[in-house]
Amino acid sequence: MSNLSRRQFVTIAAGSVAAAAMVSFPFIARGANQKVVVIGGGSGGVIAAKYIRMADPTIDVTLIEQNKYYHTCFMSNEVLSGERTIDSIKFSYKGLNKYGINFIYSRAINIDPVAKTIRLAGGEEVAFDKLIVSPGVEFKWDAIDGYNAEVAEKIPHAWKAGSQTVTLRKQLEEMKDGGTVIISAPPKPFRCPPGPYERASQIANYFKHHKPKSKILLFDANQAFSKQGLFTQGWEKMYGYGTDNSMIEWIPSHEEGEVVGVNVKANAVIAGEFEDEYSADVLNIIPPQTAAKIAIDSGLTNDSGWCPVNQKTFESSLHKDIYVIGDACIAGPMPKSAYAANTQAKVCAEAILSELQGREMATPSYVNTCYSVVGDDFGISVAAVYRLENGKIVSVKDSGGISPLDASAQTRKYEVAYAHSWFNNITDEMFN
Amino acid sequence: MLSQILRYILFSIIGLIFSLPVMAVDINTLMLVNTCVGCHGPNGSSLGPATPSIAGMSKFAFIQAMQEAKRNERPTTIMGRLARGYTDEDIETMADFFSEQKLVVYPQQVNAEKAKKGARLHKYYCESCHRDNGRKDEHNSGILAGQWMPYLKISLLEFLSDRPAPTKMNKRLEFIAESYGKDSIDELVHFYASQKEQ
Repeated sequence: MSNLSRRQFVTIAAGSVAAAAMVSFPFIARGANQKVVVIGGGSGGVIAAKYIRMADPTIDVTLIEQNKYYHTCFMSNEVLSGERTIDSIKFSYKGLNKYGINFIYSRAINIDPVAKTIRLAGGEEVAFDKLIVSPGVEFKWDAIDGYNAEVAEKIPHAWKAGSQTVTLRKQLEEMKDGGTVIISAPPKPFRCPPGPYERASQIANYFKHHKPKSKILLFDANQAFSKQGLFTQGWEKMYGYGTDNSMIEWIPSHEEGEVVGVNVKANAVIAGEFEDEYSADVLNIIPPQTAAKIAIDSGLTNDSGWCPVNQKTFESSLHKDIYVIGDACIAGPMPKSAYAANTQAKVCAEAILSELQGREMATPSYVNTCYSVVGDDFGISVAAVYRLENGKIVSVKDSGGISPLDASAQTRKYEVAYAHSWFNNITDEMFN
Repeated sequence: MLSQILRYILFSIIGLIFSLPVMAVDINTLMLVNTCVGCHGPNGSSLGPATPSIAGMSKFAFIQAMQEAKRNERPTTIMGRLARGYTDEDIETMADFFSEQKLVVYPQQVNAEKAKKGARLHKYYCESCHRDNGRKDEHNSGILAGQWMPYLKISLLEFLSDRPAPTKMNKRLEFIAESYGKDSIDELVHFYASQKEQ
């Protein structure tokens, strides 16, 4: 199929279904079509749904998603800095109609793994033979004193892109020059490990051009972070990091950096073991995270708050015929990133296809590529190739890693262009 | 009614014939190449603005690009790190697949005047190897026509500094840059980017 354009593929697929019906392919003969349901239309879910339909149009695929439009988390930090518009990260699912995926725009509330049904917000039930859960993350609303879903409408987390991204951007625009922003990064693991640091970078870049007297305090529940050396280098080069005039100050956990509370009235965070209060003009609280609520409510998580899965198939270790991919699952060394979810979805789709078609599964192959744009003409990346060894996902030896620390200005510039290409190609694959 | 049924049967048979090679794509090949397309675009035709398209590259060009990336013998940003994750067999499998894909060219903002000047340079100095305005990949150079402009420029500048290339190409590129000035490289870039699919 892959040497054909999508349009050709659809035409031919329609033809082959008709042909198959006439000559009676063996897998048609088994009776009623198999029903695969996918919960969550993000980086993992849409890819799994699309790849199953592309490979086998006899399988009935339904995608349950609560929103009609998807805002990508990736590149949403560029919306905060004004480098791009919110509409540039907004996508509809209409482009996926050509694959014959059934869409249900509703919220999945619970899964009954025995009856193999899903209950929706409206009370309806959807039955499945195989279920892929790709629900993303939920915030631990009880982890930060005084911070909850309602407060987050005013003091945004903006860690699920959309209306809160717009709110935070507006607050940054309205802030006076010389103001202070506090970002609080949660303890690991969380969605998009380099995200908080890219966010600080992007906001600093906006300040540098528009509000040069302003500052960012990056409170961190961790002692170290993703691509730290590269971020530090970029901050030193562009934002005076390490000097008295630094636009970014990073406060790690051992320097009282963990935010434990929010004082909404004072627009302040409470941090560290001495619970000192720090006020600011704009607060951005990224709360600690677990797998999404549906995964917890349906018994797919373990004590860690995340979903253990078979590393070859992504079938839940806790419930048969239910698969968990993306941020919610535990996938060995793979980070909670869009590209990781993308390749997990393809592995999972192949696992389900091979089982339904009664054949052996292909050897799984997984990849992560992740870019961060630190400032004008300054892009950095991390990459990894993974394979399965003794039932475990492992990073292939001597491969992957971060951009070199001593790279030329040209290379940093190219990585920005490649970051934007990455965005265009992965969103095309997701929504077209 | 009868003609409708006949048409249906005909359509079905055609569908079946066409679907056979479709079904035949090896699942292990798909598993591997599907990890590439998130960055390099559907079937290797990138939507840009910079990441190169790899669809239609000759098998040898693909293998050489990956092997050189693996060994750090050519400058890359991320590709060397990724290439080192694959075996020689993996790379050959990918090469087989992408060499059989048709390159889809997406329109780019091209300066017509520069493209015109580039066309002349191409004709005199490049066409003898990069035939059909750079559409052919007969000398394992990859396809130039319709490639993304930033990538074309990056590559040409690399060849002008120290990236290995055939002696003839090195000499000609240097000659172009010296005789026609700094903009000549840009002009070639605009020319190749202006090429449509054929």
